[in-house]
Amino acid sequence: MEIPYTDKARPDTGLYNAKVGIWLFLASEIMLFGALFSSYILLRVQAPLGDWPAMRLGWPHGLLNIPIGTFNTAVLITSSVTVVMAWASLKMGKLAAFRRYMVVTLVCAFGFLGVKSYEYNEKFTHYELRLKSGEVYTGHLAVNGKHPGFWSLSDIWNLDRLNKEKVATVEFVADPKKESHGAKHAEASHEHVTLKPKVADIAHLDAFIPRNHPFFAIYFTITALHGLHVLGGALVMGYFAFPGSRMWKTKPEQFTNRIEVVGLFWHFVDLVWIFLFPVVYLL
Amino acid sequence: MSTATSTQHASAHGHEAEHHHEPGFWQKYVFSTDHKVIGIQYGLTSLVFLLFGFLLMLCMRLQLANPGKPVAIFGNLLETILGEGAKGGIMSADLYNSFGAMHGTIMVFLGVVPLAFGAFGNYVTPLQIGAPDMAFPRLNMASYHLFFWGGVLMLGSFFVPGGTAKSGWTSYSPLATVAEFGRPFNGQTLWLIGMVLLISSSLLGAVNFITTIIQLRTKGMSWMRLPFFVWAQFVTGFLLLLAFPPLEAAGILQLMDNLLHTSFFLPTGLVVGGETLPVSGGGSPLLWQHLFWFLGHPEVYVLILPAMGIVAEVIANNTRKPLWGYKSMVYSVMSIGFLSFIVWAHHMYLTGMGTKVSTFFQTTTMMISIPSVIILTALFISLWGGSIRFNTPMLFAVSFLPMFGIGGLTGLPLGFNASDIFLHDSYYVIGHFHYVVAPGTIFGLFAGIYYWFPKMTGRRMNEVLGQIHFWLSLVGMNLVFAPMFIQGIRGMSRRMADGGTTYFGADDIAIHLNKSITHSALLLAVAQIPFIINLFLSIKSGRKVEGDNPWGATTLDWATPTPPPHGNFATEPVVYRGPYEYSVPGAPADFIPQDRKP
Repeated sequence: MEIPYTDKARPDTGLYNAKVGIWLFLASEIMLFGALFSSYILLRVQAPLGDWPAMRLGWPHGLLNIPIGTFNTAVLITSSVTVVMAWASLKMGKLAAFRRYMVVTLVCAFGFLGVKSYEYNEKFTHYELRLKSGEVYTGHLAVNGKHPGFWSLSDIWNLDRLNKEKVATVEFVADPKKESHGAKHAEASHEHVTLKPKVADIAHLDAFIPRNHPFFAIYFTITALHGLHVLGGALVMGYFAFPGSRMWKTKPEQFTNRIEVVGLFWHFVDLVWIFLFPVVYLL
Repeated sequence: MSTATSTQHASAHGHEAEHHHEPGFWQKYVFSTDHKVIGIQYGLTSLVFLLFGFLLMLCMRLQLANPGKPVAIFGNLLETILGEGAKGGIMSADLYNSFGAMHGTIMVFLGVVPLAFGAFGNYVTPLQIGAPDMAFPRLNMASYHLFFWGGVLMLGSFFVPGGTAKSGWTSYSPLATVAEFGRPFNGQTLWLIGMVLLISSSLLGAVNFITTIIQLRTKGMSWMRLPFFVWAQFVTGFLLLLAFPPLEAAGILQLMDNLLHTSFFLPTGLVVGGETLPVSGGGSPLLWQHLFWFLGHPEVYVLILPAMGIVAEVIANNTRKPLWGYKSMVYSVMSIGFLSFIVWAHHMYLTGMGTKVSTFFQTTTMMISIPSVIILTALFISLWGGSIRFNTPMLFAVSFLPMFGIGGLTGLPLGFNASDIFLHDSYYVIGHFHYVVAPGTIFGLFAGIYYWFPKMTGRRMNEVLGQIHFWLSLVGMNLVFAPMFIQGIRGMSRRMADGGTTYFGADDIAIHLNKSITHSALLLAVAQIPFIINLFLSIKSGRKVEGDNPWGATTLDWATPTPPPHGNFATEPVVYRGPYEYSVPGAPADFIPQDRKP
């Protein structure tokens, strides 16, 4: 028994099975990310007026690193181009060129994830500090003289934990104060002030992590889910670039189709980022 | 086109079979990629879940009949299994809540959807469109296994500390998050992970079904020659595909709330047990409800459409007449598909989302009742003037019509926001949707089991046992659900662990009905015994069918050998005519199969 239209297009629809399947799957993915973007909108719209951090639950502006985000956008767009080139190489029957383009795509994918994990680490080690006197700072924390390591989640502190572990004072390197609002840093006061607040004087202390603020919650959720999609796509492409390319010898047409399908998925992942970048970085 | 389509099917299959070893037990029954085996896997698993969900409800009903006293029949068993929650055989309010939540979840997501879509869709759809299998057989297998493990996880959640999910099948936040706050791996967390697995399973299934119907229709099977059942499955596939992902998103967000203590659905300054909850706040409980009901309402049509499809097949076959208004039924089912995406907030009139929004959703809700009524009317008119054969599948199919009618019409007062203010969250609501899914959908599914059993096994189910099953079920269902309308109108709220005895709004008449409902539920339980016996006995000792087409049906599922082999058709079928050519004047028999040459 053989299933029809696995490699050739059905004449009346003009599509082979997997292409119909991937478009349907992408439709469901749009609903998934659509729901998350809608949640973002709703959370943002109902946030109290005024910017975070001055306003505890206000919405932050220009918090994320725009140059890095721009770089990552460029990386993903490049990878979208190369995955098309890989597919086109197969269409022209050039397996070696296909593999070269796939390797570039993979490098882009893992480059993107690497940059993202650096960005994540920046947030894990960055803190919001609110003193009982009403002063508000953002900055970096050292507890018992120890600075946090890369992606060391056990180094994340909040007020509860400080109290529980009976820490009396912490060292806090405050960020330079921002100009009124927006992404512009004040040119003049570019100095880092080191504070040594008593834990008893702290009203709120937490890192830039999901539990701290709805913005971080939705930012981490969407970008992590997107990151998982990047990882999944990269694994599948890695498989097709090397062990899976055996199929080229036996069923070249179906193999080319598979690359087209994975390419469509990859464009979708790219497209999600193209929406994500302006929404969380720029707006 | 002819060269492109003639590369498959049984001639190739017979050739292959000579060279391949017979697959072993695991390959044949557990990790099978054959759509028929997967369909039967889905069917048996979901029937077990349906029975389990029913027993949960039976325990609740027995408790409601005698509030504060040990549960009859199951009391000792509950205490042995669940310990503290059922001390002395009396269900605690917490346990009652968790049984309620799990009854809903299991019936909807592990019982009816897998049976209607997974089992019948898998088994029948490829046969009816003349395909050798589903478009993606391995994806099909994956989707069954995801469903199975999702179900196991749900059942396992009964035994974690704190008990299983207890915030209703809708899992409204913030209740679902604060119910076991500070215990990350609680029943609710497992519920959410289970749901994510079930949703993924449905998504894979939906992609597979839609692709199969678009791509693998055999030669001559144009869209308007598709049996109505296939249309129903097609639209159901789209509903699952597009409505489930927002719930998946909601599930992920609630998991974050439970595990990482984010505040997606937790408002600022939430106080629980006299203390402010140690979370950031800033979230929105309404967001959960929007995301949940964006799935929740299309889900209703996921439950009902496949049943309508089955009923249409059975009615056309047993009235020996074409369906009346086949085309308008097809267009109606498509309209239902579109409209079901813009009615969700009629579940949320009382959340204070504003009168303008309510008005919009009230209007769309009234609109969606039109295509539903068209389908029902077409099926009613189909009965007109037919020489009806009242066999078991037909009895179930015919009784589907008034039962679903009652369920649908009692929904209208809930769709108007003025009357909903009074009826909301009362037993009236329970009566309404159970009329839709219990004597509605489940009767449709029973009709399907009796109707396709001969194709699956080569034997008929016993007619006498079938009739007993039907008549007792019909009486039982009505005695259970009709009094709930009265209870609801008299102000009895749902989710009352004591049956309303301490609730000031419920009067004596409403409370007295609890006892009679419980007795009727026991009758309903007894009514299922002949079915279970029938199902298993008939596999081995049922009357053998005469030929491949015992019902004299027109659709392609009856053109296969019985039971259909791997690859389904002996030769690739070609379709020459519409799906319901019954009693054509001048024809030698009272039916003309779709693949009969003109």
